[in-house]
Amino acid sequence: MKDFLFNFKMPEHFFITGDPLIYGAYVSIILVSLAILFVLTYYKKWVWLWREWLTTVDHKKIGIMYLVAALLMLFRGGVDALLMRIQLTAPNMHFLDAEHYNQIFTTHGTIMILFMAMPFLIGLMNVAIPLQIGARDVAFPALNAVSFWMFAAGAMLFNISFVLGGSPDAGWTSYTPLAGSALDPGPGQNYYLLGLQIAGIGTLVTGINFLVTILKMRAPGMTLWRMPLFSWSTLITSVIIIFAFPVLTIALALLTLDRVFGFHFFTLAGGGSPMMWANLFWIWGHPEVYIVILPAFGLFSEIFSTFARKKLFGYNAMVYSMLAISALSFLVWVHHFFTMGSGPWINSILSISTMLIAIPTGVKVFNWLFTLYKGRVEFKTPMLWALGFIPIFLVGGITGVMLAVAPADYQYHNSYFLIAHFHYVLIGGTVYGCIAGLIYYWPKIVGWLLNEHLGKWAFWWFTIGFNLCFIPMYIVGLKGMTRRMYTYPAGLGWETWNLIATIGAFAMGIGFIILVWNMYYSFKHRQNDTTGDPWNGRTLEWMTSSPAAEYNFAVIPQVKGLDAFYLIKKERAAGVKEEAPEIKPIHMPKREAFPVIMSAFMFVAGFGFVFEWLQIGFLGLLGSVITMIWRSFNDYDRDYYIPVEEVKKTELAAGRRV
Amino acid sequence: MRLKTKYAAIFLTMALLLSGCSSLKSGVLNPQGPVAKEQYDLIIWSIVLMSIVFIAVIVLFVYMLVKYRAKSSDEDYVETEEKENKWLEILWTAIPVVIIIALSIPTVKSTFKLEKSPSPNQKPITIQVTSANWKWIFKYPEQGIETVNYVNIPANVPVRFQLNAVGPMNSFWVPELGGQEYTMPGMTMYLWLEADKAGTYIGRSANFSGKDFTHMQFNVHSLEKGKFDEWIANVKKSAPKQTTDMFKQLLQPGVVKEQTYSSYPNVDVNRLDENGNPIIAPNSHQHGKSDDTEMKMDMNMNMDMNSNSHHNMNH
Repeated sequence: MKDFLFNFKMPEHFFITGDPLIYGAYVSIILVSLAILFVLTYYKKWVWLWREWLTTVDHKKIGIMYLVAALLMLFRGGVDALLMRIQLTAPNMHFLDAEHYNQIFTTHGTIMILFMAMPFLIGLMNVAIPLQIGARDVAFPALNAVSFWMFAAGAMLFNISFVLGGSPDAGWTSYTPLAGSALDPGPGQNYYLLGLQIAGIGTLVTGINFLVTILKMRAPGMTLWRMPLFSWSTLITSVIIIFAFPVLTIALALLTLDRVFGFHFFTLAGGGSPMMWANLFWIWGHPEVYIVILPAFGLFSEIFSTFARKKLFGYNAMVYSMLAISALSFLVWVHHFFTMGSGPWINSILSISTMLIAIPTGVKVFNWLFTLYKGRVEFKTPMLWALGFIPIFLVGGITGVMLAVAPADYQYHNSYFLIAHFHYVLIGGTVYGCIAGLIYYWPKIVGWLLNEHLGKWAFWWFTIGFNLCFIPMYIVGLKGMTRRMYTYPAGLGWETWNLIATIGAFAMGIGFIILVWNMYYSFKHRQNDTTGDPWNGRTLEWMTSSPAAEYNFAVIPQVKGLDAFYLIKKERAAGVKEEAPEIKPIHMPKREAFPVIMSAFMFVAGFGFVFEWLQIGFLGLLGSVITMIWRSFNDYDRDYYIPVEEVKKTELAAGRRV
Repeated sequence: MRLKTKYAAIFLTMALLLSGCSSLKSGVLNPQGPVAKEQYDLIIWSIVLMSIVFIAVIVLFVYMLVKYRAKSSDEDYVETEEKENKWLEILWTAIPVVIIIALSIPTVKSTFKLEKSPSPNQKPITIQVTSANWKWIFKYPEQGIETVNYVNIPANVPVRFQLNAVGPMNSFWVPELGGQEYTMPGMTMYLWLEADKAGTYIGRSANFSGKDFTHMQFNVHSLEKGKFDEWIANVKKSAPKQTTDMFKQLLQPGVVKEQTYSSYPNVDVNRLDENGNPIIAPNSHQHGKSDDTEMKMDMNMNMDMNSNSHHNMNH
């Protein structure tokens, strides 16, 4: 017992040392932490932080926290990318050694997919979906806070690997046997497993929450077929999450058992199967790609329709094609390993099922283009990002079809051609969608607009940089350069292309800096959105004030058709008299402390298991279970009513008629 | 102004692409054998089909942006109530279906074809490939010899590579001769390749396998049949034998230079002990004419013909 309690086996390197980058990281982490503590204490903001943010269950605030986290992670993943690009600028560079490079490409991939793309989209869903369907909050507000804090705990755990114990280094795909304890001992790979596990629970809960929210909480009159496309895409994405994420949970749990407890699920010795990991990973991994693209499709649909000032073309076909994509997303996973010997029958069938995805996706692209037809297209910054998405995603899509051709994939697999392809779809689709959505919803989130002029500079720097960075990768891929090489020899005709790619990557970085600078600049030179409807929007979120009041709608609106707010505005313009709605007391959830406490315990548990200090690990788990049980027995007095007087006061303050 | 910038960007990209075209003839786009050629043809066919899609979408895209961009003259714009067009939607569903059929048929044909020898009338040669941390081991079971980090093959003879791994997975890829296949521990896989003529082609591991993965580059020398036989005879006569201990040593993690052996111990790399290492009996039977004497020799011995040959990738 004593041995168990006090057995703190130290890994070879607990504090990572010996590299100026790492020392820089230590210094900046300590300085930033001290600065935050000082500011909070000096301005007496601790109570404010606890009451307004840490314990909030308001979907709008949770959305903001997701977005802040996503932008920070975009920065971290972007720095990883730039470090890799510096190392590959010229042949035989010594900027990074193999071990560092391997860690950096692993964290880059993992962070960008799971800690950047996912929270970015979930953040935008949180900000917009309840407003868009005319609800006061999500179906389970406290659970929504659990989602966010679980994600935050997972993301923090993953990120401290950089300074404590070392980062994972087996690629974001973490293939066994390389990622097994025999070939990759130490805490690095455990960080991957535990970080993703904890964050993954949050994502799964989000999927359930939004599924129920959209099915049960729509405003009266909003049938499913009157729902805006972003709500549709979120609904479909939630279903994919519910089916796909449990597979990740299981896969991570099995590999954790292998690594920490000496099981043999994926180790050949003892009869395990390393191939099983590749299958499980991609059974989750391919649907995951659609989890991060479908919400972006939804955002683009809203933006095209708004800035073309036209109904979305082929609404029904848009919904059906998303349903088709979501079904197909579970039927194509083998295309990630055609070259692992599945045999000609399986390769042929999965080749064709992969190509089939191009059909509904093509329908969507043509419908977006015809949304512009006979419209009045305004090139506001959200629209620029949405328009930029079309040609970029087109290139990503057609090269995706090329990769689906199994025998040709034998030549593309794991080469830079593949890298270029998935960056064209993931950046062109997801990142452009996220940025377009962020700028679009910005006034609804904070109440003032982002500067258009700076926004355009950001767009062009990013877009030109992006193409300069990734077109060369198609070419070096065909010339035989494989992914994850930390350096390359001279004389293979790769040098020029790599140099151009690095220049492009830095241009993208400048684009990102302008985007962030724009947030500060626009705050300094605030142009307030007093109407709540800065873009002449068509859906219900634009009916509220900017930012929306805590309760979203003083009176839940009646929905009479697709583009509900557009219809209301049309009636108003035609002079149809609106009945003065009667305001009633509004039923709202109270703030909750248990999500952040429970997640803190999960963080402790994760940290313990990472270093295989099982006593700490189980202690953390126990803590979070006890928190859960405590919450179950305190399920009373969790809600309150906002009195009519207060609602009226808030509405008047926002310049609204009461 | 905005559009001008866009056109300038497109022009710049095109110029870059065109200037690069002359040097594109390497790797995948420079097929040097029937397998690579089959895949090359399929790649070109897919590019042709995809170009149709690309041009159609880009033309529509530019047209919509130029024609329907907001102008000061259409302040009184009234939204059309048109929300779909059945025939148009059927059209852009049907055309992709046709394109996918046109792509699927050769895809399936090639998938099955590439499972078999590219030259069925020719007698093939078998070479066993084992990836081990971080090197390539090539055994010639018919000839009884072994090479490390380079492989010689006869030109115009189909080669049946039999792939295995000790430790992590790698992927065996020689772009100019054909696509890749994984090497996996505990599971044997097969890959057919053939070179049309004599020459040297670069191969590398395409699947990340840890620290020195980047250095898993090797040369494939394709030799005329006579030269190949001569080389085999030469190796058998003058190269050292590989003892069991030497083989064990070779499996240790690390990077090694090119090596050549006139024999190798009989080890089935698929038979693993509880730690996942191949079981190597102390007195394994030696392939080739072996009298099992202990030989101390230079592990990094290079054959004359390898040391002065260079790859032909950069013209």
